[in-house]
Amino acid sequence: MLSRRNPQLNAHGELIHLLSIEGLPKAVLTQILDTAGTFLSVNDREVKKVPLLRGKSVFNLFFENSTRTRTTFEIAAKRLSADVINLDIARSSAAKGESLLDTIANLSAMHADMFVVRHGESGAPYLIAQHCAPHVHVVNAGDGRHAHPTQGLLDMYTIRHYKQDFSSLVVAIVGDIVHSRVARSDIHALSTLGAAEIRAVGPKTLVPGDLRDMGVRVCHDMAEGLRDADVVIMLRLQNERMSGAMLPSAAEFAKSYGLTPEKLALAKSDAIVMHPGPINRGVEIDSAVADGAHSVILPQVTFGIAVRMAVMSIIAGNEA
Amino acid sequence: MKILIRNGRVIDPASGRDERADLAIASGRIVAIGQVTDFGAEREIDATGLVVAPGLVDLAARLREPGRKHQGMLESELQAAAAGGITSLVCPPDTEPALDEPGLVEMLKFRARKLSRCRLFPLGALTRGLAGEVLTEMAELTEAGCVGFSQADTAIRDTLVLQRALQYAATFGYAVWLRPQDAFLGKGVAASGALATRLGLAGVPVAAETIALHTLFELMRITGARVHLCRLSSAAGVALLRAAKAEGLPLSADVSINSLHLSDVDIGYFNADMRLTPPLRQGKDRDALRAALADGTIDALVSDHNPVDDDAKTLPFGEAEPGATGLELLLSLALKWGADSGVGLADALAPITCAPVRVLGDALGSLAASAGRLVEGGVADVCVFDPDPTWRLESGVLKSQGKHTPFSFAHTGMALPGRVRATLVAGSVAYEG
Amino acid sequence: MLQLDAEALYAELLGGVRGLLKPDSVLVGIWSGGAWLAERLHADLGRSGTAGVISSTLHRDDFGSRGMAAGTDATKLPFAIAGSHILLIDDVLYTGRTIRAVINELYDFGRPASVQLAVLVDRGGRELPIQAAFAAARVVLPASQKLTLARDAAGRFSFTVREQA
Repeated sequence: MLSRRNPQLNAHGELIHLLSIEGLPKAVLTQILDTAGTFLSVNDREVKKVPLLRGKSVFNLFFENSTRTRTTFEIAAKRLSADVINLDIARSSAAKGESLLDTIANLSAMHADMFVVRHGESGAPYLIAQHCAPHVHVVNAGDGRHAHPTQGLLDMYTIRHYKQDFSSLVVAIVGDIVHSRVARSDIHALSTLGAAEIRAVGPKTLVPGDLRDMGVRVCHDMAEGLRDADVVIMLRLQNERMSGAMLPSAAEFAKSYGLTPEKLALAKSDAIVMHPGPINRGVEIDSAVADGAHSVILPQVTFGIAVRMAVMSIIAGNEA
Repeated sequence: MKILIRNGRVIDPASGRDERADLAIASGRIVAIGQVTDFGAEREIDATGLVVAPGLVDLAARLREPGRKHQGMLESELQAAAAGGITSLVCPPDTEPALDEPGLVEMLKFRARKLSRCRLFPLGALTRGLAGEVLTEMAELTEAGCVGFSQADTAIRDTLVLQRALQYAATFGYAVWLRPQDAFLGKGVAASGALATRLGLAGVPVAAETIALHTLFELMRITGARVHLCRLSSAAGVALLRAAKAEGLPLSADVSINSLHLSDVDIGYFNADMRLTPPLRQGKDRDALRAALADGTIDALVSDHNPVDDDAKTLPFGEAEPGATGLELLLSLALKWGADSGVGLADALAPITCAPVRVLGDALGSLAASAGRLVEGGVADVCVFDPDPTWRLESGVLKSQGKHTPFSFAHTGMALPGRVRATLVAGSVAYEG
Repeated sequence: MLQLDAEALYAELLGGVRGLLKPDSVLVGIWSGGAWLAERLHADLGRSGTAGVISSTLHRDDFGSRGMAAGTDATKLPFAIAGSHILLIDDVLYTGRTIRAVINELYDFGRPASVQLAVLVDRGGRELPIQAAFAAARVVLPASQKLTLARDAAGRFSFTVREQA
C-alpha cells in the first residue's frame, strides 16, 4: 500500500492540524513547548491579548460534553483575539440525525477557520481534517480513547518546567490506561521526547499486557510502579468501568491504586504528582496528595492555556 | 444460440485441463472442448491470448435485496457479478426482512432469473428474523431454493438453541453456514493487537473466533451436523480447523479476499474502507490463511461483497458500516494470490470454481455435476479473461453500487491482474467487456 | 557593495541618544540588534538597572503569510510602561512595520507618556508614517539587499550587506 503522509503536516513538514502526538517529529513538539513559554509570559501582562488570530473564527465542536476543556480552549482562542463560537453538538444537530460531515460542511459555510473537536469515536478528527477546506485547521480536543494531544503537550510542558531533562526520568501513569486518550498521548510524547522509562500501572482489566506494544513497562503492583518514579500521573477513574465488569468498586480501586501519601513516599523525594482533572478525591488520589507539596495539578491548568495558545497560533500560521 | 470460443487457454481446475483449445456451446451446454471445426456457430468469441475458465462461483455476496434503502440493487449487483466473471452466487439471509419465509426466497430467485446474469443461490435464515430463538421452516425454505442455513453475522448466543438448530438441520442433511465469532467477545471494531491499542479502537480478540470454533466443533460432534465456516480470520482459527478436519468432522471453510490480502496496519489513519467484519488481523494471520487456502484446509475464496454506500462509510471508524465491494475483484485478487504465493494460475482458480461447488454439494441439485467446471455435456457457465496485470481500480470503473474498497488504485498504487472479457451463463452472454 | 563602519556609527548613536534622554527615560532595545545596542548604550551611559528588550513577534503584521516564528519571545520589560518616557533603540529602520508592531506590544503593558526612536541606520523605504528622532547614518539600499548587524564574542559590532535571493 502507498505510504501516506501524516495528515497533520503539510508538504514542508509544518503542523497544519493537531490530531495526535503520534507521528510528530521531536522538533515539532519542542517548537510547541517553546512557543507555549512565550504565551505564559503574555498571560502575566496587563493586556493578556495578542492579535495573532484576529479576524479568525474558532468553532468549538464538542460532541462529548466537557465544560472544562472547552473553557480552556475558549480562553486560549480569545487571548489570541479570535472570535469563538461554542457548539454543543451533543444536544443539537447530531441528535437530529445530521451526519458529522454535514455538520462540518454547514459550519464551513459560516466561514469557520478552525475547528476544535471533541468526539466520542477514535479517529473522528481525522475524518474532519480530510474533508474540510484547505484553509481550515483542526485541533483534536479528545477523540474516543485515541488521543488528547493538547493534554499530552501540557503534561510535557509541566514535566519540562519542573524536571528539565526527559532522558533520566521515570514516569508512572496510573489508572485506567486502556480507555485513556490522555495516557496514550502522554506515552507517545514521553517516548518522542526520550523519557528513560514509562510505566503503566493498574489492574489487568485496565492495564492489559498488550500495552507493552506501546513501549511501556506494565505494572500491576502499585508499589512496583511507583518505586523511584520522578513523575506520577494519576488518571481519573470513570464510573463506566464498574458497569462494564472491569472493576468491582471505586473503593477497592482506591485501596490498591489510589495515591496516598504513604504510597507516594515510594517515589523519589522530589517527585511531582500530576492529574488531567477533574480529580475524584479519595478515589484515585487522596486530598492530602492533591493539595500537597508534590502536586502540580493547578499549574497544569495554567500551562494548559499557554500550550493551547501555542498550538492554535502555530497551526493557524501554516498553510496546507 | 451456438457460440464458439476460439483458441483460448482452457483451464479446468477440477480435471487439471490446461491447454489451448476451442469451446463449443449449444443449447446452454458445452458440446465440445478441443479442436472444433464445422461447428456453424452463430457467434464467435476470439479468445486468443485469453484464459477460458469455468464461470466463477462466489459463496458470499450481499445483494441487499429484499431491502428498504436502495433502488435497483439486484440489477446493479448482478451486473457487477457478471462483470466479475461470476456465474453462480450465494447470498446470506441478512436482508430486510431476513430470508426466513419461502415467499421471500421465491421472489428473490424469480427476480434474479429474470435478469439472467448470474445464478443466485440464497442461504435461508437459521432462526426467525435471525433472532436466535425460533427455528425457521428449513424444509420449506429448501424447497423454495435455499442451499443452506445461516445466521449471517448475528451469532446465536444461546448454546441450547444453537445445538437444537444444528440437530434439526442434521436430520435432513442441510448444511449450516456459520461465522465463528463469539457474540460478546466479538463486539469490537478492529482486531486486538498493537495497532488497535495504539489507535484506541475497541478490539476483537482471536479468542472470539477460537472460542466459537471450539463450541461449534463440540456441537458438531454431538449433533452430526454439516457446517461451513464463513470467513476464517486468524492463524489460531486455521490451526483448529485443520485439527477438526483431520478428526473427520464434516466441515468446509472459506476466507474473504480482504483477509487474504490485508492486515490491520492497512487501517492507517482510521481509513473506514478497512472497517470490515471479520476485522483485519495481523500479518501472521494473513500468512496462515494463505497457506491454508493453498493446502486446501480452507476450501473456498469468497468476495464477501457488501455494497456499503458513502453515507455509511464517511463516518468515524467505529461508527462506519463494515464491508467492502468485492464482486468485481474476486478474480483479480485470486490471481494476485496465485502469483504472490507461487501457486500458479490454474491452482489459483480452484478456490473460486470447483471447490465452492464441492462445498455446496447436493444443494445444487443437477448443477453439481458441472457447475464450476468445464466439461463436455456440462452447463456452459464460462468466464473468459485476460490474465495480465491491466486494470486500475478507479472510481467509475465499478458496476456495483458499492464503491468502497481497500484495493482502489488511489490507495494501493497497484494495478490488478485479470480483466474479464466475457461471461456466459447457461450458454448466453451475460457480460462482455 | 556599501561598506558601513558599525563601531563608528555606534559612537555617533551614543552621542545622539545622550541628547535625547531625559533623566526618567527608559531604554528599550528591539530584539535582537537593537537589544545589543541598548545593552551597550545602557552601560556606556552609566545607567542603573538594565535596558528593556522588546520583540515584535506577537504583533507582526505578516503572521498570515509567514506563520509563527520559531522560538521563545524575547520581550523583557523589568519596569512599568504606564506613564514612562520610552526611548526605543533599533539597528536598522526600513519599512517601519517592526516599529509599529513594537509600539502595539508596548501598549499591552500600559500607556506610555511618550515613545521616541533612535536607530543606527535609516535606510529609507518607509511603508508607514514612522520616523526616528535620531539616526547615525542615512543610506539608500536597493530592496534586494539585506542589511544586518552582527556582534562578535568581544561585543564589537559590524554590518553585513547581502543580496537576497
